[in-house]
Amino acid sequence: MNRTQPLVLGIESSCDETGVGVVRGTTLLTNTVSSSMDEHVRFGGVIPEIASRAHLDAFIPTLDAALSDAGVRLDEVDAIAVTAGPGLAGALMVGVCAAKALAVATGKPLYAINHLVAHVGVGLLAPDGDGSAPELPANLGALLVSGGHTEILKINNITDDVVLLGSTIDDAAGEAYDKVARILGLGYPGGPAIDAVARTGNRAAIRFPRGLSQPKYMGTAEEPGKHRYDWSFSGLKTAVARCVEQFEARGEEVPVADIAAAFQEAVVDVVSAKAVLACREHGIKDVLLGGGVAANSRLRELTGQRCTSAGIRLHVPPLGLCTDNGAMVAALGAQLVMAGKEPSGIAFAPDSSLPVTAVSLPA
Amino acid sequence: MLILAIDTSAVASAALVSDDALEGMVAGFATEDTRSHAEVLAPGIQDMLATAGVAGTDIDALVVGVGPGPFTGLRSGIATARTLAYVWGKPLHGLMSLDAVALEVAESTAAVPEFLVATDARRKEVYWARYTLAPGQLPELVDGPHVGFAADLPDLPAFGAGAGLYADVLRADPAFVREQPDALYLGQFALARLASGGTLPDSTPLYLRESDAQVPGPRKRAL
Ligand SMILES: [Zn+2]
Repeated sequence: MNRTQPLVLGIESSCDETGVGVVRGTTLLTNTVSSSMDEHVRFGGVIPEIASRAHLDAFIPTLDAALSDAGVRLDEVDAIAVTAGPGLAGALMVGVCAAKALAVATGKPLYAINHLVAHVGVGLLAPDGDGSAPELPANLGALLVSGGHTEILKINNITDDVVLLGSTIDDAAGEAYDKVARILGLGYPGGPAIDAVARTGNRAAIRFPRGLSQPKYMGTAEEPGKHRYDWSFSGLKTAVARCVEQFEARGEEVPVADIAAAFQEAVVDVVSAKAVLACREHGIKDVLLGGGVAANSRLRELTGQRCTSAGIRLHVPPLGLCTDNGAMVAALGAQLVMAGKEPSGIAFAPDSSLPVTAVSLPA
Repeated sequence: MLILAIDTSAVASAALVSDDALEGMVAGFATEDTRSHAEVLAPGIQDMLATAGVAGTDIDALVVGVGPGPFTGLRSGIATARTLAYVWGKPLHGLMSLDAVALEVAESTAAVPEFLVATDARRKEVYWARYTLAPGQLPELVDGPHVGFAADLPDLPAFGAGAGLYADVLRADPAFVREQPDALYLGQFALARLASGGTLPDSTPLYLRESDAQVPGPRKRAL
Protein backbone atom coordinates (compact mmCIF):
# COMPACT_ATOMS: atom_id res chain seq x y z
CA MET A 1 0.00 0.00 0.00
CA ASN A 2 1.24 3.49 -0.87
CA ARG A 3 1.46 5.19 2.51
CA THR A 4 2.97 8.51 1.42
CA GLN A 5 0.37 9.79 -1.07
CA PRO A 6 -2.38 7.18 -0.75
CA LEU A 7 -5.34 7.25 -3.11
CA VAL A 8 -8.32 6.75 -0.79
CA LEU A 9 -12.01 6.39 -1.59
CA GLY A 10 -14.39 7.44 1.20
CA ILE A 11 -18.03 6.45 1.68
CA GLU A 12 -20.53 8.32 3.86
CA SER A 13 -24.15 7.28 4.62
CA SER A 14 -24.78 8.19 8.26
CA CYS A 15 -27.74 10.53 7.68
CA ASP A 16 -29.44 11.76 4.51
CA GLU A 17 -26.42 12.35 2.26
CA THR A 18 -24.95 9.53 0.19
CA GLY A 19 -21.36 10.67 -0.30
CA VAL A 20 -18.40 9.27 -2.17
CA GLY A 21 -15.14 11.21 -2.10
CA VAL A 22 -11.67 10.50 -3.41
CA VAL A 23 -8.45 12.04 -2.13
CA ARG A 24 -4.78 11.51 -2.91
CA GLY A 25 -2.89 12.24 0.28
CA THR A 26 -4.28 15.65 1.20
CA THR A 27 -5.46 16.56 -2.29
CA LEU A 28 -9.20 16.40 -2.95
CA LEU A 29 -10.03 14.73 -6.27
CA THR A 30 -13.82 14.55 -5.97
CA ASN A 31 -16.59 15.20 -3.48
CA THR A 32 -19.71 13.60 -4.97
CA VAL A 33 -22.90 13.76 -2.93
CA SER A 34 -26.47 12.63 -3.52
CA SER A 35 -28.94 14.00 -0.97
CA SER A 36 -32.39 12.66 -0.09
CA MET A 37 -33.24 15.97 1.60
CA ASP A 38 -36.12 16.71 -0.79
CA GLU A 39 -37.84 13.47 0.23
CA HIS A 40 -37.91 14.57 3.89
CA VAL A 41 -39.41 18.02 3.29
CA ARG A 42 -43.04 17.00 3.78
CA PHE A 43 -42.14 15.31 7.09
CA GLY A 44 -40.25 18.32 8.45
CA GLY A 45 -37.26 16.19 9.45
CA VAL A 46 -35.10 13.28 8.34
CA ILE A 47 -37.07 10.01 8.29
CA PRO A 48 -34.52 7.23 8.85
CA GLU A 49 -36.26 4.60 6.72
CA ILE A 50 -36.67 7.01 3.79
CA ALA A 51 -33.00 7.97 4.07
CA SER A 52 -31.96 4.31 4.13
CA ARG A 53 -34.00 3.49 1.03
CA ALA A 54 -32.49 6.47 -0.76
CA HIS A 55 -28.93 5.41 0.18
CA LEU A 56 -29.48 1.99 -1.37
CA ASP A 57 -30.58 3.46 -4.68
CA ALA A 58 -28.07 6.32 -4.72
CA PHE A 59 -24.92 4.40 -3.84
CA ILE A 60 -23.87 2.88 -7.18
CA PRO A 61 -24.72 6.01 -9.24
CA THR A 62 -22.82 8.16 -6.72
CA LEU A 63 -19.81 5.83 -6.75
CA ASP A 64 -19.81 5.75 -10.54
CA ALA A 65 -20.03 9.55 -10.77
CA ALA A 66 -17.27 9.99 -8.19
CA LEU A 67 -14.86 7.68 -10.02
CA SER A 68 -15.42 9.39 -13.34
CA ASP A 69 -15.21 12.87 -11.78
CA ALA A 70 -11.92 11.97 -10.07
CA GLY A 71 -10.66 10.23 -13.21
CA VAL A 72 -9.51 7.17 -11.26
CA ARG A 73 -10.16 3.45 -11.58
CA LEU A 74 -10.97 1.25 -8.60
CA ASP A 75 -7.85 -0.86 -9.17
CA GLU A 76 -5.68 2.25 -8.63
CA VAL A 77 -7.17 2.92 -5.18
CA ASP A 78 -4.90 2.18 -2.21
CA ALA A 79 -7.58 1.98 0.47
CA ILE A 80 -11.30 2.39 1.10
CA ALA A 81 -12.75 4.24 4.11
CA VAL A 82 -16.33 4.18 5.34
CA THR A 83 -18.31 5.87 8.10
CA ALA A 84 -18.94 3.19 10.74
CA GLY A 85 -20.78 5.60 13.10
CA PRO A 86 -22.18 7.53 14.79
CA GLY A 87 -25.37 8.02 12.78
CA LEU A 88 -28.70 6.45 11.87
CA ALA A 89 -28.34 2.67 12.21
CA GLY A 90 -30.20 1.67 9.05
CA ALA A 91 -28.51 4.35 6.98
CA LEU A 92 -25.01 3.41 8.20
CA MET A 93 -25.73 -0.21 7.30
CA VAL A 94 -26.11 0.57 3.59
CA GLY A 95 -22.77 2.36 3.28
CA VAL A 96 -20.98 -0.22 5.42
CA CYS A 97 -22.33 -3.18 3.39
CA ALA A 98 -21.45 -1.46 0.12
CA ALA A 99 -17.95 -0.60 1.38
CA LYS A 100 -17.34 -4.17 2.53
CA ALA A 101 -18.49 -5.51 -0.84
CA LEU A 102 -16.17 -3.03 -2.53
CA ALA A 103 -13.32 -4.35 -0.38
CA VAL A 104 -14.20 -7.98 -1.20
CA ALA A 105 -14.50 -7.32 -4.93
CA THR A 106 -11.31 -5.23 -5.23
CA GLY A 107 -9.17 -6.83 -2.52
CA LYS A 108 -8.42 -3.34 -1.14
CA PRO A 109 -7.96 -2.64 2.60
CA LEU A 110 -10.97 -1.10 4.38
CA TYR A 111 -10.89 1.46 7.20
CA ALA A 112 -14.03 1.83 9.36
CA ILE A 113 -13.94 5.38 10.66
CA ASN A 114 -15.66 7.82 12.98
CA HIS A 115 -17.98 10.32 11.28
CA LEU A 116 -17.36 13.10 13.81
CA VAL A 117 -13.60 12.90 13.50
CA ALA A 118 -14.00 12.83 9.71
CA HIS A 119 -15.62 16.29 9.97
CA VAL A 120 -12.24 17.43 11.31
CA GLY A 121 -10.39 15.55 8.57
CA VAL A 122 -11.54 18.01 5.91
CA GLY A 123 -9.38 20.61 7.64
CA LEU A 124 -6.39 18.64 6.37
CA LEU A 125 -7.29 18.88 2.70
CA ALA A 126 -5.04 21.20 0.74
CA PRO A 127 -6.75 24.26 -0.71
CA ASP A 128 -7.48 23.94 -4.45
CA GLY A 129 -4.55 22.62 -6.37
CA ASP A 130 -1.75 24.26 -4.39
CA GLY A 131 -0.46 20.85 -3.33
CA SER A 132 0.90 22.03 0.02
CA ALA A 133 -0.16 19.61 2.72
CA PRO A 134 -1.67 21.54 5.61
CA GLU A 135 -0.82 20.42 9.10
CA LEU A 136 -3.29 20.52 11.93
CA PRO A 137 -2.42 23.06 14.62
CA ALA A 138 -1.22 21.50 17.86
CA ASN A 139 -4.02 22.77 20.09
CA LEU A 140 -6.99 22.09 17.86
CA GLY A 141 -10.66 21.99 18.73
CA ALA A 142 -13.65 21.30 16.52
CA LEU A 143 -17.16 22.66 16.90
CA LEU A 144 -19.63 20.47 14.99
CA VAL A 145 -23.16 21.76 14.55
CA SER A 146 -25.68 20.09 12.27
CA GLY A 147 -29.06 18.40 12.11
CA GLY A 148 -27.43 15.29 13.54
CA HIS A 149 -24.96 16.60 16.08
CA THR A 150 -23.77 19.38 18.34
CA GLU A 151 -20.34 18.64 19.73
CA ILE A 152 -17.11 20.27 20.82
CA LEU A 153 -14.04 18.07 20.39
CA LYS A 154 -10.38 18.36 21.31
CA ILE A 155 -8.05 16.81 18.79
CA ASN A 156 -4.76 15.74 20.35
CA ASN A 157 -3.96 13.48 17.41
CA ILE A 158 -6.43 13.05 14.60
CA THR A 159 -5.58 9.41 13.99
CA ASP A 160 -5.83 8.11 17.55
CA ASP A 161 -6.49 10.68 20.28
CA VAL A 162 -9.70 12.69 20.15
CA VAL A 163 -11.65 13.77 23.24
CA LEU A 164 -15.31 14.80 23.47
CA LEU A 165 -15.48 17.92 25.64
CA GLY A 166 -19.22 18.54 25.33
CA SER A 167 -22.30 17.64 23.32
CA THR A 168 -26.04 18.10 23.23
CA ILE A 169 -27.92 15.95 25.70
CA ASP A 170 -31.11 15.93 23.63
CA ASP A 171 -31.82 17.46 20.21
CA ALA A 172 -29.04 18.53 17.86
CA ALA A 173 -29.01 22.28 17.14
CA GLY A 174 -30.08 21.67 13.53
CA GLU A 175 -32.97 19.53 14.75
CA ALA A 176 -34.12 22.41 16.97
CA TYR A 177 -34.02 24.68 13.91
CA ASP A 178 -36.19 22.20 11.98
CA LYS A 179 -38.73 21.92 14.79
CA VAL A 180 -38.96 25.66 15.36
CA ALA A 181 -39.21 26.31 11.62
CA ARG A 182 -42.20 23.98 11.61
CA ILE A 183 -43.80 25.80 14.55
CA LEU A 184 -43.32 29.09 12.68
CA GLY A 185 -44.51 27.64 9.36
CA LEU A 186 -41.18 28.31 7.65
CA GLY A 187 -40.62 24.91 6.01
CA TYR A 188 -37.74 22.47 5.89
CA PRO A 189 -34.80 22.49 6.31
CA GLY A 190 -35.16 24.95 9.16
CA GLY A 191 -31.61 26.32 9.28
CA PRO A 192 -31.56 28.43 6.10
CA ALA A 193 -35.28 29.32 6.49
CA ILE A 194 -34.84 30.72 10.00
CA ASP A 195 -31.51 32.38 9.16
CA ALA A 196 -33.18 34.25 6.28
CA VAL A 197 -36.27 35.40 8.20
CA ALA A 198 -34.20 36.29 11.29
CA ARG A 199 -32.36 38.98 9.32
CA THR A 200 -35.54 41.08 9.31
CA GLY A 201 -36.38 40.44 12.97
CA ASN A 202 -35.25 41.88 16.29
CA ARG A 203 -33.19 39.28 18.16
CA ALA A 204 -33.64 41.18 21.43
CA ALA A 205 -37.44 41.27 21.17
CA ILE A 206 -37.86 38.11 23.24
CA ARG A 207 -35.43 36.40 25.59
CA PHE A 208 -35.50 32.62 25.14
CA PRO A 209 -33.76 30.28 27.62
CA ARG A 210 -30.16 29.12 27.17
CA GLY A 211 -30.20 25.44 28.19
CA LEU A 212 -27.81 24.04 30.83
CA SER A 213 -26.47 27.50 31.65
CA GLN A 214 -27.44 27.57 35.32
CA PRO A 215 -24.61 27.47 37.88
CA LYS A 216 -25.53 23.95 39.02
CA TYR A 217 -24.80 22.64 35.53
CA MET A 218 -21.86 24.93 34.82
CA GLY A 219 -19.88 24.76 38.06
CA THR A 220 -16.51 26.52 37.89
CA ALA A 221 -13.32 26.00 35.90
CA GLU A 222 -11.77 24.32 38.93
CA GLU A 223 -14.86 22.28 39.80
CA PRO A 224 -16.77 21.90 36.54
CA GLY A 225 -20.45 20.99 36.73
CA LYS A 226 -21.72 17.89 35.00
CA HIS A 227 -22.83 19.81 31.90
CA ARG A 228 -20.32 22.67 31.77
CA TYR A 229 -19.75 22.23 28.02
CA ASP A 230 -23.02 20.46 27.15
CA TRP A 231 -26.07 21.82 25.40
CA SER A 232 -29.81 21.17 25.56
CA PHE A 233 -32.31 22.48 23.04
CA SER A 234 -35.57 20.76 23.93
CA GLY A 235 -36.51 23.41 26.51
CA LEU A 236 -35.83 26.15 23.99
CA LYS A 237 -38.10 24.52 21.43
CA THR A 238 -40.87 24.26 24.04
CA ALA A 239 -40.41 27.91 24.99
CA VAL A 240 -40.81 28.96 21.36
CA ALA A 241 -43.99 26.88 21.01
CA ARG A 242 -45.42 28.45 24.18
CA CYS A 243 -44.53 31.94 23.00
CA VAL A 244 -46.35 31.39 19.69
CA GLU A 245 -49.39 30.01 21.52
CA GLN A 246 -49.53 33.07 23.77
CA PHE A 247 -49.66 35.42 20.78
CA GLU A 248 -52.38 33.29 19.22
CA ALA A 249 -54.36 33.08 22.48
CA ARG A 250 -54.35 36.87 22.68
CA GLY A 251 -55.56 37.03 19.10
CA GLU A 252 -52.40 38.86 18.07
CA GLU A 253 -50.39 38.33 14.95
CA VAL A 254 -47.36 36.10 15.60
CA PRO A 255 -44.16 38.15 15.08
CA VAL A 256 -42.45 35.39 13.11
CA ALA A 257 -39.31 37.34 12.24
CA ASP A 258 -38.72 38.45 15.85
CA ILE A 259 -39.26 34.94 17.20
CA ALA A 260 -36.97 33.46 14.54
CA ALA A 261 -34.28 36.03 15.34
CA ALA A 262 -34.62 35.56 19.10
CA PHE A 263 -34.59 31.76 18.77
CA GLN A 264 -31.51 31.88 16.56
CA GLU A 265 -29.80 34.21 19.02
CA ALA A 266 -30.50 31.80 21.89
CA VAL A 267 -28.98 28.89 19.95
CA VAL A 268 -25.99 30.77 18.62
CA ASP A 269 -25.31 32.49 21.95
CA VAL A 270 -25.20 29.30 23.99
CA VAL A 271 -23.40 27.28 21.31
CA SER A 272 -20.62 29.84 20.84
CA ALA A 273 -20.34 30.76 24.54
CA LYS A 274 -19.90 27.18 25.69
CA ALA A 275 -17.62 26.30 22.78
CA VAL A 276 -15.32 29.24 23.49
CA LEU A 277 -15.37 28.44 27.21
CA ALA A 278 -14.35 24.84 26.50
CA CYS A 279 -11.57 26.02 24.19
CA ARG A 280 -10.19 28.52 26.71
CA GLU A 281 -10.21 26.02 29.54
CA HIS A 282 -8.49 23.34 27.45
CA GLY A 283 -5.81 25.48 25.86
CA ILE A 284 -7.36 25.25 22.40
CA LYS A 285 -5.98 27.96 20.11
CA ASP A 286 -7.52 26.94 16.80
CA VAL A 287 -11.07 25.75 16.30
CA LEU A 288 -12.56 24.22 13.19
CA LEU A 289 -16.25 24.68 12.44
CA GLY A 290 -18.05 21.70 10.89
CA GLY A 291 -21.57 20.46 10.12
CA GLY A 292 -24.31 22.02 8.03
CA VAL A 293 -25.14 24.75 10.55
CA ALA A 294 -21.68 26.19 9.77
CA ALA A 295 -23.55 27.86 6.90
CA ASN A 296 -25.53 29.91 9.41
CA SER A 297 -24.53 33.56 9.12
CA ARG A 298 -25.19 34.49 12.74
CA LEU A 299 -23.34 31.44 14.10
CA ARG A 300 -20.27 32.32 12.06
CA GLU A 301 -20.48 35.96 13.06
CA LEU A 302 -20.89 35.52 16.81
CA THR A 303 -18.54 32.55 17.12
CA GLY A 304 -15.99 34.48 15.08
CA GLN A 305 -16.26 37.54 17.34
CA ARG A 306 -15.99 35.53 20.55
CA CYS A 307 -13.08 33.47 19.26
CA THR A 308 -11.22 36.62 18.27
CA SER A 309 -11.76 38.16 21.71
CA ALA A 310 -10.44 34.98 23.32
CA GLY A 311 -7.39 34.83 21.02
CA ILE A 312 -8.68 31.75 19.20
CA ARG A 313 -8.50 31.33 15.41
CA LEU A 314 -11.73 30.06 13.80
CA HIS A 315 -11.42 27.97 10.64
CA VAL A 316 -14.45 27.43 8.42
CA PRO A 317 -13.95 24.97 5.53
CA PRO A 318 -15.90 25.49 2.29
CA LEU A 319 -19.56 24.67 2.98
CA GLY A 320 -19.63 21.63 0.67
CA LEU A 321 -17.04 20.08 2.96
CA CYS A 322 -18.83 21.11 6.17
CA THR A 323 -22.00 19.17 5.41
CA ASP A 324 -21.84 15.37 5.43
CA ASN A 325 -19.80 14.04 2.53
CA GLY A 326 -17.50 11.26 1.39
CA ALA A 327 -14.47 13.50 0.94
CA MET A 328 -14.13 13.97 4.69
CA VAL A 329 -14.22 10.20 5.14
CA ALA A 330 -11.55 9.77 2.47
CA ALA A 331 -9.49 12.58 4.03
CA LEU A 332 -9.47 10.92 7.45
CA GLY A 333 -8.85 7.54 5.81
CA ALA A 334 -5.77 8.96 4.08
CA GLN A 335 -4.49 10.30 7.41
CA LEU A 336 -4.85 6.84 8.94
CA VAL A 337 -2.99 5.24 6.03
CA MET A 338 -0.21 7.86 6.19
CA ALA A 339 0.09 7.37 9.97
CA GLY A 340 0.68 3.66 9.42
CA LYS A 341 -2.61 2.54 11.01
CA GLU A 342 -3.85 -0.94 10.16
CA PRO A 343 -7.14 -1.41 8.30
CA SER A 344 -10.33 -2.54 10.07
CA GLY A 345 -11.04 -5.58 7.92
CA ILE A 346 -14.56 -6.52 6.86
CA ALA A 347 -16.02 -8.14 9.99
CA PHE A 348 -16.77 -5.00 12.01
CA ALA A 349 -20.28 -3.89 12.94
CA PRO A 350 -21.51 -0.35 12.31
CA ASP A 351 -22.16 1.48 15.60
CA SER A 352 -24.85 4.15 15.66
CA SER A 353 -23.39 5.63 18.87
CA LEU A 354 -19.68 5.20 18.15
CA PRO A 355 -17.71 7.38 20.64
CA VAL A 356 -15.14 9.88 19.31
CA THR A 357 -12.43 8.00 21.17
CA ALA A 358 -12.77 5.36 18.42
CA VAL A 359 -11.25 7.21 15.44
CA SER A 360 -11.09 3.97 13.48
CA LEU A 361 -12.21 0.47 14.37
CA PRO A 362 -9.56 -2.18 15.07
CA ALA A 363 -9.49 -5.36 12.98
CA MET B 1 -22.99 -21.00 -16.00
CA LEU B 2 -21.74 -19.93 -12.54
CA ILE B 3 -24.03 -17.78 -10.41
CA LEU B 4 -23.33 -16.06 -7.09
CA ALA B 5 -26.60 -15.90 -5.15
CA ILE B 6 -27.18 -13.78 -2.04
CA ASP B 7 -30.22 -13.53 0.21
CA THR B 8 -30.65 -11.51 3.41
CA SER B 9 -34.42 -11.35 3.56
CA ALA B 10 -34.39 -13.34 6.83
CA VAL B 11 -31.06 -15.00 7.64
CA ALA B 12 -27.95 -14.12 5.63
CA SER B 13 -26.85 -16.66 3.06
CA ALA B 14 -24.83 -16.85 -0.11
CA ALA B 15 -24.12 -19.64 -2.58
CA LEU B 16 -22.20 -20.39 -5.73
CA VAL B 17 -24.35 -22.49 -8.05
CA SER B 18 -23.48 -23.95 -11.41
CA ASP B 19 -25.23 -26.18 -13.90
CA ASP B 20 -21.98 -28.15 -14.10
CA ALA B 21 -21.99 -29.11 -10.42
CA LEU B 22 -23.81 -32.02 -8.78
CA GLU B 23 -27.06 -30.75 -7.26
CA GLY B 24 -26.03 -27.36 -8.60
CA MET B 25 -24.06 -26.35 -5.54
CA VAL B 26 -20.40 -25.32 -5.72
CA ALA B 27 -20.20 -23.69 -2.28
CA GLY B 28 -22.42 -21.93 0.20
CA PHE B 29 -22.72 -20.36 3.61
CA ALA B 30 -25.62 -19.37 5.84
CA THR B 31 -26.15 -17.91 9.31
CA GLU B 32 -28.95 -18.58 11.76
CA ASP B 33 -28.97 -15.00 12.93
CA THR B 34 -31.43 -12.50 11.45
CA ARG B 35 -29.81 -9.33 12.85
CA SER B 36 -26.10 -9.28 12.09
CA HIS B 37 -26.06 -9.27 8.28
CA ALA B 38 -23.79 -6.22 8.00
CA GLU B 39 -21.09 -8.02 9.97
CA VAL B 40 -21.24 -11.55 8.61
CA LEU B 41 -22.22 -11.25 4.97
CA ALA B 42 -19.00 -9.88 3.43
CA PRO B 43 -16.67 -12.22 5.38
CA GLY B 44 -18.99 -15.14 4.51
CA ILE B 45 -18.84 -14.35 0.81
CA GLN B 46 -15.09 -13.78 0.89
CA ASP B 47 -14.43 -17.09 2.63
CA MET B 48 -16.80 -18.91 0.32
CA LEU B 49 -15.07 -17.57 -2.80
CA ALA B 50 -11.63 -18.38 -1.39
CA THR B 51 -12.61 -21.91 -0.36
CA ALA B 52 -14.14 -22.61 -3.77
CA GLY B 53 -11.16 -21.01 -5.52
CA VAL B 54 -13.51 -18.73 -7.44
CA ALA B 55 -12.60 -15.19 -8.48
CA GLY B 56 -15.00 -12.42 -9.46
CA THR B 57 -14.00 -12.85 -13.09
CA ASP B 58 -15.18 -16.50 -13.02
CA ILE B 59 -18.75 -15.56 -12.14
CA ASP B 60 -21.26 -15.19 -14.98
CA ALA B 61 -24.07 -13.44 -13.09
CA LEU B 62 -25.32 -12.53 -9.62
CA VAL B 63 -28.79 -13.01 -8.21
CA VAL B 64 -30.07 -11.39 -5.03
CA GLY B 65 -33.19 -11.99 -2.98
CA VAL B 66 -35.28 -8.82 -3.18
CA GLY B 67 -37.50 -9.73 -0.25
CA PRO B 68 -39.96 -9.24 1.18
CA GLY B 69 -38.11 -9.13 4.48
CA PRO B 70 -37.20 -6.80 7.33
CA PHE B 71 -35.86 -3.66 5.63
CA THR B 72 -32.42 -3.18 7.13
CA GLY B 73 -31.37 -6.78 6.69
CA LEU B 74 -32.83 -6.94 3.19
CA ARG B 75 -30.84 -3.89 2.10
CA SER B 76 -27.59 -5.47 3.36
CA GLY B 77 -27.79 -8.17 0.70
CA ILE B 78 -28.94 -5.88 -2.08
CA ALA B 79 -26.25 -3.25 -1.36
CA THR B 80 -23.65 -6.03 -1.31
CA ALA B 81 -24.85 -7.66 -4.53
CA ARG B 82 -25.15 -4.38 -6.42
CA THR B 83 -21.63 -3.36 -5.43
CA LEU B 84 -20.06 -6.73 -6.32
CA ALA B 85 -21.85 -6.72 -9.69
CA TYR B 86 -20.72 -3.14 -10.37
CA VAL B 87 -17.06 -3.81 -9.59
CA TRP B 88 -16.93 -7.13 -11.45
CA GLY B 89 -18.99 -5.80 -14.34
CA LYS B 90 -21.43 -8.73 -14.16
CA PRO B 91 -25.21 -8.80 -14.71
CA LEU B 92 -27.30 -8.67 -11.53
CA HIS B 93 -30.77 -10.19 -11.28
CA GLY B 94 -33.34 -10.05 -8.52
CA LEU B 95 -35.58 -12.86 -7.38
CA MET B 96 -38.43 -12.84 -4.91
CA SER B 97 -37.03 -14.39 -1.74
CA LEU B 98 -40.03 -16.62 -1.02
CA ASP B 99 -39.32 -18.38 -4.34
CA ALA B 100 -36.32 -19.98 -2.63
CA VAL B 101 -38.54 -21.76 -0.10
CA ALA B 102 -41.03 -22.65 -2.85
CA LEU B 103 -38.29 -24.41 -4.82
CA GLU B 104 -37.14 -26.22 -1.71
CA VAL B 105 -40.71 -27.45 -1.22
CA ALA B 106 -40.97 -28.50 -4.88
CA GLU B 107 -37.78 -30.56 -4.57
CA SER B 108 -38.93 -32.25 -1.35
CA THR B 109 -41.16 -35.21 -0.62
CA ALA B 110 -43.64 -32.78 0.96
CA ALA B 111 -44.47 -31.21 -2.42
CA VAL B 112 -48.19 -30.58 -3.07
CA PRO B 113 -49.94 -29.04 -6.11
CA GLU B 114 -50.85 -25.82 -4.32
CA PHE B 115 -49.29 -24.27 -1.24
CA LEU B 116 -48.26 -21.14 0.67
CA VAL B 117 -44.81 -19.93 1.68
CA ALA B 118 -44.65 -17.68 4.74
CA THR B 119 -41.78 -15.93 6.54
CA ASP B 120 -41.71 -13.76 9.65
CA ALA B 121 -42.63 -10.13 8.96
CA ARG B 122 -42.44 -9.19 12.69
CA ARG B 123 -45.22 -7.05 14.23
CA LYS B 124 -47.30 -10.27 14.44
CA GLU B 125 -47.52 -10.50 10.63
CA VAL B 126 -46.10 -12.75 7.91
CA TYR B 127 -44.82 -12.20 4.41
CA TRP B 128 -46.53 -14.77 2.22
CA ALA B 129 -47.18 -15.96 -1.32
CA ARG B 130 -49.25 -18.70 -2.97
CA TYR B 131 -47.72 -21.14 -5.46
CA THR B 132 -48.92 -23.90 -7.76
CA LEU B 133 -46.72 -26.78 -8.77
CA ALA B 134 -46.88 -28.89 -11.93
CA PRO B 135 -44.66 -31.99 -12.26
CA GLY B 136 -41.23 -31.18 -13.63
CA GLN B 137 -41.82 -27.43 -13.54
CA LEU B 138 -40.56 -24.60 -11.36
CA PRO B 139 -43.12 -23.54 -8.74
CA GLU B 140 -45.38 -20.87 -10.19
CA LEU B 141 -46.22 -17.78 -8.16
CA VAL B 142 -49.98 -17.20 -8.43
CA ASP B 143 -50.60 -14.69 -5.63
CA GLY B 144 -48.34 -12.36 -3.66
CA PRO B 145 -46.09 -11.55 -2.14
CA HIS B 146 -48.23 -9.92 0.54
CA VAL B 147 -47.80 -8.94 4.17
CA GLY B 148 -50.60 -9.72 6.62
CA PHE B 149 -51.88 -11.64 9.63
CA ALA B 150 -51.47 -15.40 9.47
CA ALA B 151 -55.13 -15.88 10.34
CA ASP B 152 -56.18 -14.13 7.11
CA LEU B 153 -54.22 -16.43 4.76
CA PRO B 154 -55.89 -18.93 2.34
CA ASP B 155 -56.52 -22.40 3.76
CA LEU B 156 -53.63 -24.27 2.11
CA PRO B 157 -50.58 -26.23 3.30
CA ALA B 158 -48.07 -23.63 4.50
CA PHE B 159 -44.26 -23.85 4.43
CA GLY B 160 -41.53 -21.76 5.99
CA ALA B 161 -40.61 -20.16 9.31
CA GLY B 162 -43.62 -17.84 9.11
CA ALA B 163 -45.90 -20.89 9.05
CA GLY B 164 -44.00 -22.37 11.96
CA LEU B 165 -44.51 -19.24 14.05
CA TYR B 166 -48.27 -19.36 13.51
CA ALA B 167 -48.80 -23.13 13.40
CA ASP B 168 -51.94 -22.56 15.52
CA VAL B 169 -53.77 -20.90 12.61
CA LEU B 170 -51.87 -22.22 9.56
CA ARG B 171 -51.54 -25.71 8.12
CA ALA B 172 -47.80 -25.62 8.78
CA ASP B 173 -45.77 -28.48 7.34
CA PRO B 174 -43.74 -29.81 10.29
CA ALA B 175 -40.62 -30.42 8.18
CA PHE B 176 -40.49 -26.76 7.12
CA VAL B 177 -41.39 -24.85 10.29
CA ARG B 178 -37.89 -23.37 10.55
CA GLU B 179 -37.05 -22.93 6.87
CA GLN B 180 -35.86 -19.53 5.72
CA PRO B 181 -35.11 -18.34 2.18
CA ASP B 182 -31.68 -19.77 1.31
CA ALA B 183 -29.41 -18.37 -1.39
CA LEU B 184 -28.70 -21.92 -2.60
CA TYR B 185 -32.31 -22.44 -3.75
CA LEU B 186 -32.50 -18.87 -4.98
CA GLY B 187 -29.46 -19.51 -7.17
CA GLN B 188 -30.89 -22.79 -8.44
CA PHE B 189 -34.19 -21.10 -9.24
CA ALA B 190 -32.37 -18.39 -11.18
CA LEU B 191 -30.21 -20.92 -13.00
CA ALA B 192 -33.28 -22.95 -14.04
CA ARG B 193 -35.19 -19.87 -15.14
CA LEU B 194 -32.29 -18.52 -17.19
CA ALA B 195 -31.49 -21.95 -18.69
CA SER B 196 -35.06 -22.21 -19.96
CA GLY B 197 -34.72 -18.84 -21.66
CA GLY B 198 -36.74 -17.01 -19.03
CA THR B 199 -35.97 -13.57 -17.64
CA LEU B 200 -35.54 -12.35 -14.08
CA PRO B 201 -36.52 -9.03 -12.51
CA ASP B 202 -33.99 -6.40 -11.40
CA SER B 203 -32.78 -5.87 -7.83
CA THR B 204 -35.49 -3.42 -6.72
CA PRO B 205 -36.39 -4.35 -3.14
CA LEU B 206 -39.93 -5.50 -2.31
CA TYR B 207 -40.60 -3.60 0.89
CA LEU B 208 -44.40 -4.13 0.84
CA ARG B 209 -44.73 -1.72 3.73
CA GLU B 210 -44.41 2.06 3.60
CA SER B 211 -41.66 3.77 5.56
CA ASP B 212 -43.92 4.36 8.59
CA ALA B 213 -43.27 8.06 8.32
CA GLN B 214 -46.21 10.26 9.28
CA VAL B 215 -46.70 13.57 7.56
CA PRO B 216 -47.26 15.88 10.53
CA GLY B 217 -50.71 17.42 10.67
CA PRO B 218 -51.21 21.16 10.96
CA ARG B 219 -50.17 22.48 14.36
CA LYS B 220 -53.08 23.07 16.67
CA ARG B 221 -53.63 26.75 17.24
CA ALA B 222 -54.10 27.96 20.79
CA LEU B 223 -57.48 29.63 20.80
ZN1 LIG C 1 -22.10 15.05 10.16
